[in-house]
Parts: sequence; structure tokens; C-alpha cells
Amino acid sequence: MKIAVASGKGGTGKTTVAVSLALSVPDAQLVDADAEEPNCHLFLRPSIQRTIPVYMMVPHVDLTKCDFCRKCADFCAFNALAVVKEQVLVFPELCHGCTGCVYVCPREAIVARQRQIGEVEIGAARGMVFIQGRLKPTEPSAVRIVREEIAQIDPKGGPAIIDASPGTACAVQDTIGQSQFCLLVTEPTPFGLHDLKMAMDVAQELGVPSGVVINRNGARDSIIEDECRKRNIPVLLKIPFDRRVAEAYSRGQPLVDAFPEWRESLRSLYREIERRVMT
Amino acid sequence: MKELVIISGKGGTGKTTVLGCFAVLAANKVLADADVDAPNLHLLLSPEPLEESDYHGVDLAAIDEETCTKCGRCEEVCQFSAIRDLRIQPRRCEGCGTCAVVCPEQAITMTPQVTGQLYLSRTRYGPLAHARLVAGGEASGKLVTEVRELAHRVAVERGADLILTDGSPGIGCPVIASLSGVEATLAVTEPTPSGLHDLERVLLVAAHFQVRSAVCVNKWDINPQLTEEIERLARAMGAMPLGRIPFDEAVAESTAEGIPVVEVADSPAARAIRDLWTDMGENDLC
Repeated sequence: MKIAVASGKGGTGKTTVAVSLALSVPDAQLVDADAEEPNCHLFLRPSIQRTIPVYMMVPHVDLTKCDFCRKCADFCAFNALAVVKEQVLVFPELCHGCTGCVYVCPREAIVARQRQIGEVEIGAARGMVFIQGRLKPTEPSAVRIVREEIAQIDPKGGPAIIDASPGTACAVQDTIGQSQFCLLVTEPTPFGLHDLKMAMDVAQELGVPSGVVINRNGARDSIIEDECRKRNIPVLLKIPFDRRVAEAYSRGQPLVDAFPEWRESLRSLYREIERRVMT
Repeated sequence: MKELVIISGKGGTGKTTVLGCFAVLAANKVLADADVDAPNLHLLLSPEPLEESDYHGVDLAAIDEETCTKCGRCEEVCQFSAIRDLRIQPRRCEGCGTCAVVCPEQAITMTPQVTGQLYLSRTRYGPLAHARLVAGGEASGKLVTEVRELAHRVAVERGADLILTDGSPGIGCPVIASLSGVEATLAVTEPTPSGLHDLERVLLVAAHFQVRSAVCVNKWDINPQLTEEIERLARAMGAMPLGRIPFDEAVAESTAEGIPVVEVADSPAARAIRDLWTDMGENDLC
């Protein structure tokens, strides 16, 4: 079973919940799919056994064949090619790697070459399988990396807990779409609620059942619960606001290590998810 | 005219809180919410829309089944696995048009799609350019560029001196799109291992695009030692440590009311943000 941990808004506690959930259920596979800013490793210090480079195709122009007809630049939907006098400029940070320019060039002057945009690392942390993606800084898209991470999950292994990026962009949609359940971690603030609704819409569009964890729960939590009631989405766990929790996080300590009493709550959270996926 | 973009690397560190306060403190400016995946600035500024226009995201490929001879060439060349069993998977299609180019029967057409709305609004602190994507709408880098272009247009029309832009978390295409042609960024981070780790990556991106960066640590008193480490890292990467905002309940309370914290309280965080704004000006960052 794959469980996506998403949120909409950043910094609501996805990593806290994903890491502690994985530490509380047997044989978990923890997948850090926030390849732009992977953080699970900071709490688990995994040993990496294998690194898989992830590539995309980018154009290389042979200027001896090129007659500067501009067909490639006119075709490119992403403005990654420009023809200026007798020069063809390639902007790799804009290129999506579609390779269309290779086919539109009438003189076969363009070839696509592999360029590494990041990697997927596979290893172990505290007895569980650990998979994480890393996008190289200045590269624009982590989608290929996240797909490779999900492909590396052992389908015969234990539950895969996938820590997604904030927001609801392509990599997050991919993560949720390939999961059987979407656990949405939020906080009872107007920002948390607003972005939670966007994430709920995406999960619903994708037909993936979801449930909510309210983090830093306090006096104002009713705004989240009201929304969940309206949409008939269950609130599965509440983690109260506690400065000691924030301090443990800032020391790089997983919630269930700092406060072992949470282990049982996370186990029942997992059982509840399992029950909802089975029925 | 200058543009200051707020970035962070890690999400939820307080970008919007800080930008909402700057909106109160800055004179003659235009505001832009470039966090199009999870826009929140409007929740602090209560905008009234003045103009609304459709946002055209990526084109979507469509296969005409009558003309298709099922040769499979489109599926072969698609780099995004967006064609399966000769059917377009709309969520995966990036609108590049490669399939349409290689189709020997010209059975594939590319159709523009409306995947969101672009707004120009009035707020009590000045004009705001912002956007809304439909659920699952895509091409947010392109939408970021359109939001910023709208803000620039309005700033020129109104003779504004400054554009204040709220950026996205992460380091991917929306962040890159928010940094092109920008003079300065302020990276808002927090004293946690994630805050430190993610800051380093986003400062690498800012440096690559030759943007000057200042760094401020929010909730710095949660971990003073890590705050110092962050400031050392910032200096080592050519960024300027500029301001520490203490943990302060007044921030959560004013945010719940939808009001920037500098408007409601002379609280410790409000004072720190006012000082930060003064320092930004003195260092020619805004």
C-alpha cells in the first residue's frame, strides 16, 4: 500500500508525520518525494546503498549543419531555444526535455543528449527501506525524479509512506495519483485551511481517498474540522500545539523518539488508513 | 523600479507573514503573489478584484481517432509517458507538441486550455497581482511569469518604485521563474535542520541567477545556536544575514484575523519586522 503525505501549505508537519508514521509501523518503506527540498534524511540519518542518476534529454545543436531557419525556436513551447544571428542559444533551465526540436529540424542538426538533473538514493534507516530524490539546484522540474522514486518502491514490501512536496503541482499530483490514500497534514490557520482545500480538491479529482492530520492544534482548530465535516473527510489525528514539539524538531529528533507516547497514536492512525483503503 | 522576492526553500517559514508586513511598511509599491500553487497573500490583504483574465496553461494534445492509423509513433516519442494505448493522459501532457510533429497522419492537434485566472486587485496597501489555478492546473512557472508581468505593467502605469513579490517554497520552476531579472531576494528561514538544509539549496539557485540575497531567521529563539549556524552559512554563501524575528503568539493571532502583525500590535515580532524593513532599505535591497 502507498500512502501519500501531502499538505498544500508548506511547513505544516508533513515530514514530522511521515517520519514518525514510518517509525511506528513494521517494515515501512519511507519515500522522501520532496525532491526539491528533501528533509527526512535529517531525522533518520540513513545509510545510502545505491544511487540512481536521473536524466532528461536536452538539445545539442551542430552549427555546421544548422542554417538558422528558426524552426526549432518557433516550435519550442517553453522558449528554451533562441536563434540570434548565426547562433543557437539553448536555455537548459527552460527546457522540458521533450526532444520535439530534434524532429522539427529539417537538417538533422539537433541531437538530444542526456543531462543529469538529480538522483534517487536508496538505502536503509533504522530497519526500514529509505528512498529519497534530490533535484540538482537550478534544475526546474523534479517530476522525473519523483516518478523514479515511486518506481523503486518494492510492491511486495511493507507500506510505503511517501512524503510529498508542498503545493499541488505536477510532482505532488503524481505522488497522490499513484497512492491508495492521501494523508493531508495541516494547521489550524487561515493559510493552512486555504491550501488544505486546494489539496483536498486535487485528491478528490484524482479519486484518491483522503484523511486529515491537524498539527499544532489549539483553540482555533474548528476551522479545519468544519471544512472536513462539510466535505465528509475524516480528521484522523490531532497533534496539539506544544513548544517542546517544535524544539524537538529543531534538534532533528523525530516526534516518536522525543515523545514515545505518540507511537501508539500513529499505529492506530495507520490501522485506520488500512481499514479505509480495504473497505 | 526594483523588485524584491521573498523565498525560503522550506515551506511554512513565514514568507507571507513577512511580505504582508512589508506591504504595510513600504510606500508606493505594487504587490504580487507568485506562490501560485498555494497563494495566501490575499488572506492577509482582503483584495477586491479590479480585472480578471483567463490563464492559458499548457496546450493539450488530442488524437483524432478517425485519422489515426495506430502506428504508435506518438507514444514512442513522448518523453512524459503522457500517451498510453494511444490515449492522451491529460495530467501528464506537458503541451510540447512533439507528438503532433511526428504523427505521419497529422491526427494530433494541440489545443489551448484555460487552467486558471489572473487577477489585478485593489487592497488597502496598494495593487495586488495574483492568480488562482484550477484543481490540478499546471505550468505554474508560466503563471508566475504572467503574475510578475502584470505587476510590472501596473507598476509602470502607476509610477511605483517597488514590486514586492511573495515566492514559492522549494527550488523548482516556480522559484526559478520568480527570480529572473530580480535585483534582490529575502530568504525567510527557521532555525531547524530542515530550514538550514533547504536555505542552502535555494541560496545556490539565487546565486546562480545572480540575485543578491538577504536572510532572516524567523522564530530564531526556538534554537539560538542553529540561528547562528544559519547566519554563518548565509555569509559563507555571499548572502547577508539581516534580522531575527522572535517566536511571538501575536503573529498567529493577527494572521487568524487576516491582518499583518505590524498593523495590530507592538509585539516583539512586529518590532523585529519593522527593523528588518529599515535594514533592507539601508542596504539598498528594496
